Amino acid sequence: MIQVLATALTVVALVAALWSLVLAIANRPVTLATKPTLGLAGVVVLLEVGLLAQAVVGVVNVLGTDRELDRATFIGYLIGAAVVLPLGAFWALGERSRWGAGVLAVACLSVPVMILRLNQIWAGHG
Amino acid sequence: MADGLKASTRSGPGRLLIAVYGIFALAATARSAVQITTRFEQAPLAYLLSAFAAVVYVVATLALAGVVSRRIAYLACGVELAGVIVIGAASLVFVDAFPDATVWSDFGGGYGFIPLVLPVLGLLWLRHTGLRHSEEAG
Repeated sequence: MIQVLATALTVVALVAALWSLVLAIANRPVTLATKPTLGLAGVVVLLEVGLLAQAVVGVVNVLGTDRELDRATFIGYLIGAAVVLPLGAFWALGERSRWGAGVLAVACLSVPVMILRLNQIWAGHG
Repeated sequence: MADGLKASTRSGPGRLLIAVYGIFALAATARSAVQITTRFEQAPLAYLLSAFAAVVYVVATLALAGVVSRRIAYLACGVELAGVIVIGAASLVFVDAFPDATVWSDFGGGYGFIPLVLPVLGLLWLRHTGLRHSEEAG
């Protein structure tokens, strides 16, 4: 668990979620044809790259430590966070209405929740 | 029928509903797999119920997405609502039987009560799209 990376990913995920929420409220679909949605796509890709890096580093770290940890659940959350975002993004792109942006907001919000759980497990409470 | 269900339940707000269902299906399945493979003997009842909840979420997600029939979608959401109410009440009354929490313990309180709200929204959405569907057909 790299604390700096986890915090950075939380911030980026919250920014992407807020951005998606604004698009949803403004009734803009995620089309990849307008600048705001392209910018959002860039942030989501960046977030996904970070989540994949976190998954690799996290698995290596959790297998290398001697501490008493719930390893299986920890690895589950590491992979879950990296998998949910692309699935949510594709599901969002298939919907040409504001609800597509809503889907992306939910997918992005699930990332900080999973990072929170990762932190709890890494600290030994959970 | 399948195409009509697909078009009606998986677009608009339904898209978002299915996304939340999908996250719960994934989370419940992964969690239950970890519980059953690593520490089943600690809380067999709770872990079996977790596995049951996972199956219900997977079926409900697929049914709402139009993969199977609308009747199965109603059934899955109905079982889910009954499950969260019955298990929620049981977890408060028979505390000893649940040494570890299930997704439906305390009426889904560990998950922001989303498990309690989700089946209600699912059933309302099925009813809403069902009415629209029959109006268009008639």
